[in-house]
Amino acid sequence: MAGATLRTIDYSVLQQCMHCGMCLPTCPTYDQTKQERNSPRGRIALMRAVADGVLEVSQEFAEEMSYCLGCLACQTACPAGVNYTELFETARSDIERQDAHHGVARKFWRGLTLGFLFMHPTALRLAGKALGLYQRSGLEAFVRRTGIVRLLPPALRRVEPQTPRIAKRFSNALIAPHEAPVGQARHRVALLTGCVQDLVFPSVNRDTADVLLANGCAVDTPAVQPCCGSLHAHNGDLTHAAVLARRMIDLFPPDRYDAIVSNAGGCGSHLRRYGPLLQNDPTYRDRAALWDRKVRDVQEWLIEIGCRPPRASPFAEETSVTYHESCHLVHGQKVSREPRALLRLLPGLSLIELPESTWCCGSAGVYALTQPEQAERLLGRKTANIVGTGATCVATANPGCHLQIARGLDAAAAPISVVHPVSLLARAYRREHSTS
Amino acid sequence: MFTRAIADGFTSIVGAGSVLTKLEDIIPYSFDGTAALRQMPSAVVFPHTTEDVSRCVTFAVAQGVPIVTRGSGTGLSGGSVPTDGSVVLCLAQMNRILDIDPRNLVLRTQPGVTTLAIDEAASRHGLFYPPDPGSMRISSIGGNVAENSGGLRGLKYGVTRDYVMALEVVMPDGRVARFGSACVKDVAGYSMKDLFIGSEGSLGVITEILLKLVPRPLARQTMLALYERIEDAASTVSAIIEARIIPCTLEFLDQMTATCVEEFAHVGLPTDCAAVLLMETDGHPAAVADEAAQMASIARANGARDVRMAKNEAEALALAAARRNAFSALARRRPTTILEDFTVPRSELARMVTFIADTARAANLQIGTFGHMGDGNLHPTFLTDERDGHEMARVHRALDSIARKTLELGGTITGEHGVGLAKKEWLRQQMGDSSFEVMKQIKRTLDPAGLLNPGKIFD
Repeated sequence: MAGATLRTIDYSVLQQCMHCGMCLPTCPTYDQTKQERNSPRGRIALMRAVADGVLEVSQEFAEEMSYCLGCLACQTACPAGVNYTELFETARSDIERQDAHHGVARKFWRGLTLGFLFMHPTALRLAGKALGLYQRSGLEAFVRRTGIVRLLPPALRRVEPQTPRIAKRFSNALIAPHEAPVGQARHRVALLTGCVQDLVFPSVNRDTADVLLANGCAVDTPAVQPCCGSLHAHNGDLTHAAVLARRMIDLFPPDRYDAIVSNAGGCGSHLRRYGPLLQNDPTYRDRAALWDRKVRDVQEWLIEIGCRPPRASPFAEETSVTYHESCHLVHGQKVSREPRALLRLLPGLSLIELPESTWCCGSAGVYALTQPEQAERLLGRKTANIVGTGATCVATANPGCHLQIARGLDAAAAPISVVHPVSLLARAYRREHSTS
Repeated sequence: MFTRAIADGFTSIVGAGSVLTKLEDIIPYSFDGTAALRQMPSAVVFPHTTEDVSRCVTFAVAQGVPIVTRGSGTGLSGGSVPTDGSVVLCLAQMNRILDIDPRNLVLRTQPGVTTLAIDEAASRHGLFYPPDPGSMRISSIGGNVAENSGGLRGLKYGVTRDYVMALEVVMPDGRVARFGSACVKDVAGYSMKDLFIGSEGSLGVITEILLKLVPRPLARQTMLALYERIEDAASTVSAIIEARIIPCTLEFLDQMTATCVEEFAHVGLPTDCAAVLLMETDGHPAAVADEAAQMASIARANGARDVRMAKNEAEALALAAARRNAFSALARRRPTTILEDFTVPRSELARMVTFIADTARAANLQIGTFGHMGDGNLHPTFLTDERDGHEMARVHRALDSIARKTLELGGTITGEHGVGLAKKEWLRQQMGDSSFEVMKQIKRTLDPAGLLNPGKIFD
């Protein structure tokens, strides 16, 4: 798949779309505009026109592919089994190769992030440390108060307040490289700590390790882990994505583990597709295929091995919780039943179904940066739905959604906490000791 | 010839942003839900009011520009595929339900509202809009009226026509006409609304619809019957009707279709039997229980290997939803999926199913067949590849012989998809010369310039 273009891709992947329109009602951008080019089948028609030589990889084409959230709701809805992920990533890769997005600033930021920071985990953590210091030292407050922030270019100024709060200590300070459960280990798993999760929500990684340990898993968590490459693949950089996939496979030989566990919906969706990404690499092909079979979202894995119901509640009093589905968890990985099943295991918690739980919150990787207006509309819709449930806590299993929804609830002044389902489990297990 | 000035003329009516002419904007309007038909329009125009539509039609006709009206573009006979040089008049943004009147059991709506949204609105008042075409989640009600769409519940509840009480139509000369009323009985003048139902956008543009609603059934029971022989499924259907039971759904799926649907939907459809009947009865709870028991025993008496009752409403809905995806799910097998819509009197069903299977075998073609067995409406679906000229020629010959057989058995070339581009070569044969000419005469009278959806239904 790495290296393919719309012109060279297996044409039957494009033909698989028989334009029946079943995807239209599930597409957040079509819902907004009611125009076909903003729909999955419309975008596929444009890709097919590129493949047929009827259309150039134009700036309009690039803008359309950038307007697509990549939420993959269409892939769940598609009865014909169109592989939208592959088409979408190939289209975005064509766009980058042909430089159809113009702008020097864009190129600079893209090079800095995809080409450097997300290729070098130590540098990323260093940058994270610096950002964290900036936020906590009072310098950030000073910059905002004095208006120095206005010196930033408009696009950056808009998202500056959205910069997540960086944690003081990252996953490597919280989790030992090898941790063993009490008693006999029944499973051996690798724990992937992610990039955003590591910098912003390292406690979710600690909670994941704790829950795995409580369920008889020996957990390997190397201190330094490469980025999984999901950001790269999603943004048309399949070459770097392939490099990172090889590094991951080297670090976690899949034959050594019962499961390779991720707790971030966005990462997991990409992690499951190393096989197709490396299919033309004879050295890695077989291991990549094995890798795909071993990857699990942590919630899926816990249900698979029979998660032990906690004896204590994660909350001091009866709490109503609703669940927002990360797009790449539900549509990318088809994990939808398991998080709810885990939440139902928790005493003292009532689960309220969230209307439109599978509708994108607008986070969608860097979408809030590239398409701020549409991202805000989707966030507003999501926030209203969450508030409407009357729940005081919303569970979600992806750091992007977590940040986005927390921001939306904050702006709406809604006293609703956001939490990863696994953190609720971890809290419940911990309270077994404190309450007994 | 479509010029910048013509585009500007439309823009002055509907506003900038509601006229699309860029290549990237109009390529996605060069098809509908029909396989292997493609033609780019010159522009796409989005009106928002009846007045917009009237002015657009007047302007287009004055400029000699053909108009192809479109809703959600899910049609299955090429009815909304643009013709060369045409403007697509897309009504998807005229999507408001205007009024719902529970005292008179009617709902007034713009044409761009989806079929599902109509039924959901009705349901909030304990009412029901029964027609449920496979694409109901996205198909527009205007498109349903223009094609006189059917669905899974046709046997008991009829089709779109049975629920249209009145229409507002923009005529080819721009006049706004209203036909029908909210009265159950109304014989004032010709039944003009019926002329426009199923007219496929060739006589006018439907801009408002008054729909009849019925009380929502209080109970329903869905079940699956599994067969080793297709003929047994057909005889079960006949026996149920002979027992004076009119179920709301009697859907047939052959093995290929059931397998493809199951691969997509994972609802527990069996994949190891020659035929599956999806049956549903609805109404008063006591009647439903009684009919369901009778239908199950009739199925067993007619050779069903197994009869499975849906355990709850969620399972029933999942089964019906999965069935609605049958056509698209068949696309998993081959690159091109050509869906047919032949319908025969119920008594000829078994012969027709056998003939289709024999034709496929003789022509060495893959066909998945499913359909509404209760009303004789079959959807043999050719799984093929449009790039293979030899195979496509065989497909066309097979289609032709199935069409001829259908007519020989007293059937129709299309039960619910319309003629559009896909069926027009057989229409004269089905109708006979004089009725075909009467129909063309009506078209010439109402649309003398021939600019409304030209080349559809007939040349």
